[in-house]
Order: sequence, then C-alpha cells, then structure tokens
Amino acid sequence: MKFGVVVFPGSNCDHDAFYAIGNVLHKPVEFIWHQSEDLGDSDAVILPGGFAYGDYLRTGAIARFSPVMKSVEKFANGGGMVLGICNGFQILLEAGLLPGAMMRNAGLRYICRHVHMRVEQTDTPFTNAAKKGQILRIPIAHNDGNYSVEEATLDELERNRQIIFRYTTPEGSDDASGNPNGSMNNIAGICNRERNVAGLMPHPERAVESALNSADGLVIFQSMIEALVGAAKAPA
Amino acid sequence: MAIAPSEIKVTPEIAAEHGLTSDEYARVRKILGRDPNITELGIFSVMWSEHCSYKSSKVHLKRLPTRGKLVVQGPGENAGVVDIGDGLVAAFKIESHNHPSYVEPFQGATTGVGGILRDIFTMGARPIAVLDSLRFGEIVASQTTSEEEAAKNRRILDGVIRGVANYGNCFGVPTVGGEVCFEPCYSQNPLVNVLALGIAGKEEIFLAKAKGIGNPVIYVGAKTGRDGIHGASLLASAEFTEESQQKRPNVQVGDPFMEKLLLEACIEAMHTGAVVAIQDMGAAGLTCSTMEMASRGGTGIEIDLEKVPQRESGMTPYEIMLSESQERMLLIAEKGRERQVLDVFKKWGLDAVVVGTVTDGGIAKVLHHGEVAAEIPAHPLAEEGPIYQRPISQPPLRRETASDWFVFKAGTTNFTEGFKKLLASPAIASKRWITEQYDTMVRTNTLAGPGAGDAAVIRIKDPRTGEVKRALALSTDGNGRWCQLNPRLGAMHAVAEAARNVAASGARPIAATNCLNFGSPEKPEVMWQFSEAIDGLTVACEELGTPITGGNVSFYNETLGKSIYPTPVIGMLGIIDDASQALKLGFREKGDLIVLLDGSGSTATASPANLAQEFSSSEYSKTIAQIVAGEPPQIDLAAEKRLQQMLLALANEGLVQSAHDISDGGIAVALAECCFASAALSTSVSLEGSEPPAEHALFNERGARAVVSVKSSLLARVLESARQYGVTAQQIGQVTRDKGFRIQYKGSAAIDSPLDSLREAWAYSLERALHAR
Repeated sequence: MKFGVVVFPGSNCDHDAFYAIGNVLHKPVEFIWHQSEDLGDSDAVILPGGFAYGDYLRTGAIARFSPVMKSVEKFANGGGMVLGICNGFQILLEAGLLPGAMMRNAGLRYICRHVHMRVEQTDTPFTNAAKKGQILRIPIAHNDGNYSVEEATLDELERNRQIIFRYTTPEGSDDASGNPNGSMNNIAGICNRERNVAGLMPHPERAVESALNSADGLVIFQSMIEALVGAAKAPA
Repeated sequence: MAIAPSEIKVTPEIAAEHGLTSDEYARVRKILGRDPNITELGIFSVMWSEHCSYKSSKVHLKRLPTRGKLVVQGPGENAGVVDIGDGLVAAFKIESHNHPSYVEPFQGATTGVGGILRDIFTMGARPIAVLDSLRFGEIVASQTTSEEEAAKNRRILDGVIRGVANYGNCFGVPTVGGEVCFEPCYSQNPLVNVLALGIAGKEEIFLAKAKGIGNPVIYVGAKTGRDGIHGASLLASAEFTEESQQKRPNVQVGDPFMEKLLLEACIEAMHTGAVVAIQDMGAAGLTCSTMEMASRGGTGIEIDLEKVPQRESGMTPYEIMLSESQERMLLIAEKGRERQVLDVFKKWGLDAVVVGTVTDGGIAKVLHHGEVAAEIPAHPLAEEGPIYQRPISQPPLRRETASDWFVFKAGTTNFTEGFKKLLASPAIASKRWITEQYDTMVRTNTLAGPGAGDAAVIRIKDPRTGEVKRALALSTDGNGRWCQLNPRLGAMHAVAEAARNVAASGARPIAATNCLNFGSPEKPEVMWQFSEAIDGLTVACEELGTPITGGNVSFYNETLGKSIYPTPVIGMLGIIDDASQALKLGFREKGDLIVLLDGSGSTATASPANLAQEFSSSEYSKTIAQIVAGEPPQIDLAAEKRLQQMLLALANEGLVQSAHDISDGGIAVALAECCFASAALSTSVSLEGSEPPAEHALFNERGARAVVSVKSSLLARVLESARQYGVTAQQIGQVTRDKGFRIQYKGSAAIDSPLDSLREAWAYSLERALHAR
C-alpha cells in the first residue's frame, strides 16, 4: 500500500503527515507535487494542513484549481480514499468534494490548542478501527474552522450519518464550551455520501506520539491502513 | 522624508538630512575621492546608520566572549552556528524590530519575524522554532498610567501578537516560547525581539561571501517596491518625536506565504550545489546584501538595476537600492550553472533573475539605464565606517533611604490577598490568551511549548532518517527594571536566568544570542548603561561557559527624550542528549515530595535594611507597594553553575518528576505555577527554614534556586545528588489533591487559599485586561 501526501505551495503540515505515516506507522508514503498530472501509485491521498496559496482570496479557493486536483477528483469519484486535514478539508470544500464552507472562528482569532472530539460513526475507512463514541484528544490550529452549511444540507448530513467527528468537552458532553470555533452542530469532521472522502479540522498527524502529548490521532491512520489491507484482500 | 530624484546635487545639508554628521560626510568624500551622488549618499547613509554599522556599540561588543569548542560561526554572519552533534549544527539569532512595531504594530512585528527567519535560512538551515520576547507599557490604568495610555498599549500588544502569529503560522514554524513584560517605560517604545532557530547538516551551512570572479549574481523572491525605504537609517537609528506618525511609509510589509516559497526554493537551490553564497535582503535591502557580500568575499560586484524585478514603475536607483521590500534574497551561483538555480525558483513560482556579476577590484558598481548610478569601494563602505567611542558618564548615585524602600509587615500576616493580586498582574498572569494564537506545534517537534517548562524544548529529527535522539532547549530572558537599578548586575542576571531556565528543562546551556535594547547612544548615561551591561554579560557568559554567537543592538529606544530601561535580552540555547529526559514544570502525582534546591547554600543573613533595599527591586514590591527602588539581589555565578549542573544530573538520571526555577514573584509564584500546570494538583509547604521577614521568604527573587517534585522512593538519591553538587536541598512539602493551596511560615498560614480562586486570578486576568474598554 502507499499513501500520497499532496504538497501545494504553502502547505506546511505536509512533512508532519509524511512523518506520521512513514516514521511512526512505518508505511510507504510519498509527496505528490501540486502540478503532478497523476497521483503515482498512491492508494490513499492526504491533503495536509497549512496555508496553500497563502489563503489568498479564501482559504482553499486557489488550491482547488491546482493541476493535481483533477486527479484527486477522479480518484475520489472512483472510490479512492481521500482525507483532508485542516487546510486540506478547506480545499475539499472549495472543490465541492465535500459540502459546506469554513467561516472565520467565532472568536475571530487563530486558535492552537488540544480539543476533544467524539467518533460518531465507525463505518468509514477513517474510523473503522475506533469505537463509536470514543473521545479523541487532538490539537487544532486554525483561523477558519467554523463549519457552516445550509440547513437542508445539514439535515441531510445528519440523516446520512456523514458527520463523523464532533467537538465535545473533555468529559464527552455536547456543551458549547467544548466547541472551539462556533462550528455548526459542533461539527469537527464529515465524510461524503459514499464515505470514501473525509475532512476534519483537527490535526491527527500531530497526535500520534505520547511524547507530543497525545497519541489519539493514531486510530484514524490505523483505520485507513486497515481499510487498505481489507481492500487488497477483497476479491476484485 | 521626500525621495530625491537622481539629478539632485548632494550638499552637506542633504547629507545631514540623511543622518550623516559632517565628519561622516567628510569620510564619505575621502573614500570616494569626490562628492557622492544622491544614490551613493543614500547607500552610505543606510550602511553607516547605527542599525547597520553598529558604530556606537562595536567598541564595547568586542569585549563579549564569542568563542567556544562548539561554536562553528560566531558574530559577523547572518546568524551564529553551533555544533549540536551527529553531524548537525544549529543556527540561531535574536533580532529586534522595535521602532516599526510602535509605528505599525502588526506589520512591524510580522516583518520582524520574517527578517529573522530569513537570517536563518540564508545560512542553509531550515527554521524549526521561533521565540518572541516582548515588552509593552502598562495595559491597566494605574497611578503611573492613564486609561488612554493603557488603551494604546493594549492596541499595540494586540497588533504585535497578531503580527507575530501571522508570520510564523503561515510560514509554518512553531512559536514555542518567549516572554511578555510590562513596564511604564516601554509605553512609547515597545520592544519586539524575535529569536529563530534552524538546523542543518554541518557541511550544508552557507556563508555570505561573494566569490568567483565572473560568477552571476541572482536576485530571487518578491518584487521590489517603495516600502520601507530608510527603515534602517530613519526608524531604527533615531528616536521618536511628535511627528512619528509620518514614519509609517518606512514600515515594511510582510508576506509569509511568499517567504515559505522562498524558503523551500532556497533550500532546494542550495542542495543543487550550484550556489556559492547567499544573503537575505533585510535592513537596507539590495544595498546591504550587495555591499556586504562583496566586502566579505574581498571582491567587487556589478549589478544592473533594470534587471531587478520591480512592482512599481518609475523607481529611481536610490529607491531600488534602499527599498526594504521583504522576502527577497541575493545569491551568487557558479558560472555556467545559473540555469539550474533559476529553474528551482521557477518551480516555486518565484522571480529569479541574473542581475549582475562578481568582479575583481573590490568596487561595487550599480548601473541603471546604461549609466553608472553608483560606484563605491565595497570594503571601505562595509568595514571602514565610523566607529565611535561615545562618551560615558555614570549617572549620580541614587541616594535612597529606608523611606524609599519597601516596608515589611510586622508580625504574622496572611498574604493571600497580595498574592492573588500578584498572580493577576499582567507580568505574572497566564499568557495563554496570547500563546494560543501561535501555532506552537507545526513540524511535530515541540516537546515543551509555552508554559509547559522553563524553556521551550524542540526535538531534533535526523534529516536523513527522521530518527529522534536529541532535543534543543531555548529560553529568552531579560529584566529591564533590574538593569535600570544596576545595569551590570541586571545583565548578569539575564544570562544566569536564561541558563537556569534551560538547565531546569534538563538541557546543558551551550551558547547564547543577545538583543541589546537601549536609549540614545548620544547620551553618556545610556552609554554607561550599555558598557556596564556588556561587562555583566561578559562575566556571566564566561563563567557559565556560554559564548555569544551573534545578536543585535537596538539603540534610540526613546521618545521625547525619555529612554527605556536598559534592556539586554538573552536567548540561551541548550542541548538535551536524550529527548525523552526533558523536564517540565507541572506537578505530576499526589504524594510527590517538593524539594527546594539552592545553589548558594549560604545561610548568611543580610541586615534588615539591606533586605528592604533588595526587596524593593522585586515584582511584589512593584505590584503591591508601587515601589521600584533599591538594588537587584546579589548574584553568585558559582552557585548558579552548581545548581545547573545538578539539574542536568537529575534529568539525566531520571530522578525528578518536575523542575521549575524560581524567578519573578519568588517561590510562592513558582509553586502556584507548578500547580496550575498540573492536572488539578495542589500543594502544602512550609518555609520554616527561610530567612525572615515573611514577604522576603515568600516572594524574594534571589537566583540559583529551583523547586523539584520527587517520588518519595527517590528522595534519598536527590539529596545525595545535592550533596555531590554542593547544593542545599530541603524538603518543604508535598503535592496534594486538596482543594487548598497552603504555604506555612513561622507557624502560621502565610498563604492559604482555595487553589481554584488563585487559578481564577491567574488564568483569566490578561484576557480580561485586554478586553476592557
């Protein structure tokens, strides 16, 4: 199996995602330059965090037009596994691969700290190794993490169980104090209807070692690895 | 100041307007053998400005110790470089961007970060951490500060924080530590000192020496515009007056995204092997980089300004040479390999143009539209600028008596209310509201971020294998108030405290960088302060074995004749051989024993009068009694060294659960901080063994002390270690899970409070102060 980490001009968490997969989980991983016409032999693609194109215009607005996004869209439409982290999530929203938009944090300031999020659904390749209701302690680092979408689509997301991570208090409650940025319905991460494309604002690649204060992010990558193993074993 | 067209004939008056004295102007004419034209005058005026030439500080700076076994590159290049083992080196430096941050706080601070980052990666080192050491005027109205002034200081603080965050976060380097201090003297002269650290393979370090006659000179990065012209000579080399607002066009504008691209492109270009030398364009932009590279390399240089990418039309040679547009570098490539270098920058979407060549003969020649716009011998310009032995005069000794000093309370008293007030003061209160606006975690190397330990701790991943072995610790420290009371002693304390912070994190202090923030060098009392501070830094750095590898001098921090406290700031670097041994300051387990370590081991008691004189320099005295007087505590460098060595041994042998040095606010504040950084743990201690009076026991700020928490099974070994290192160790209490925080003294509760109410006071007061209208 191989993971591909896309690098846009201004991506700055690409090295961290690469390190988490390559050095901590010891799985093959390579960088995919944003001008690439294809994704190499990647079986799963990660759009990492950062400030692609300096967040000019709107975060993710320019990156969605990068040449590599054509291949990412094709890959996603064909059922390929795509995970957008933070800025990567914003790019997937701009590209229309996930519904909704990111607004400025409710507090109007950049926030970087650990938060808690609950795994809502375990039937996705990003959460299959987790338990439903499991609370994960993972850092956020963003200016624009306030997820917003029209009410009709929000109902649909809830109905189709596309909300896969929700912010909570450390004890796991839905109290507003657990929501760091004002995100609608405490949404921290969602997936598409087909459940092969997902985005989340927290940074799991920053939570894969206890030395870094939390290893709760491991389960997300482990889920992807298991899903790839399962897919490899499945009959064609 | 109007930008002069190139037809203007230079006169002594115009030279004076440019900040050159008549002696300096005469020197210019001697070097050229003729009158300078306006472009040449502009070039000389920036190169010989205080900020670029260090003309008032050079004679003193050479007293600093700059050599050491691990020093690969000392002062003189873009950053200092030290050997950190395993074929790796660390490049680090601290720099100021004070004046621009008063005029335009956001851009001033943001470009300050951008500038120091460039200084690091121009050496070939990828930046991995930033620390910011900030000083503002009081942000809460008081007897000394009006609400209007406090509001202004709050606005400046807000702009500066957002500026620092803006650059580091987008560029992708974690801001892992620093300090925020408040004194009335910084009201109109905020200090923004930024430290950056980068890592490279030993063989990968690049110097900025133009070499190889005929080699192409290549300009890369952002286009040149009219921003920041005379930022160095007018902003950084002059004090503020009523007309300071007009200096706004002199503040540079930063683009961290552009710099991120520049970083990646430069590192990639340097790896091609085709780059001979490289320098960033910082203060005095194209002028400084061309002149300094040629001078250092002993060559000449010729550039054609028509080739320089410009984003505004009609720019004169004067404007192009003096522009301080950000995110630009100048590099020298190997002749014949320029295509290789240009292709790398093209890949990253950056302008990259051959603008000239390295020449023989030592002359820097600037062409514009086929004409010679400037022709100057590079070495004399860069190295034979004025050097001043500014007059020094010690101010009259302060004649203080007991009536000027803090008065200790008689009898047994409960100090809980005063303690809460101290915890809530902006100087001591939690800076979490500030530090959560920084990305402290990008690059996944931060083992201890802001508030977690006494120093920031960043692990090192081997660039080839990603394996982690070592970690580096960094702390920025300074005490302007103590330096005002006694510049030499205050400066010694700055070094000692920075080294102590690094040692308390389990790291061996190995080298330092300094940022020297002072008033006008034309004032003999300020030069006395400067000279004294240099002497203090020298003694302390020599004794503690931490040479100065580079840094920055910022003079003219004064407004309307009133100058700041002399404020030398030290950035101390330490190595932890095993990253897993890094120490943090929060208590860890109920039942752990709290041990007070004191390197001085002295039980000599000072007379009550001397105690009052010493205590009048403390944070408690300032906050509770509004008294700033007396003298800082005496310093014992041998004691500091003993404590540092013991802390290192404790970390290496895994003997302690946590460590925290004692500084601002004394042991009472230190213990509270250990509780606040823990998971709902508290403490009950007794300071019976401490010298009276009570305020002194609780809040004195003498050095060479730390508190550690120890598993009871390891206490004997810790006490043995103390004996071995000549450090006094006293068990004073333990870590509890009680609701109460208690410090006993002379049989009664000197501090007794629910921990929650102390935490309330400490955790939210800065936030509240900043939202106050």
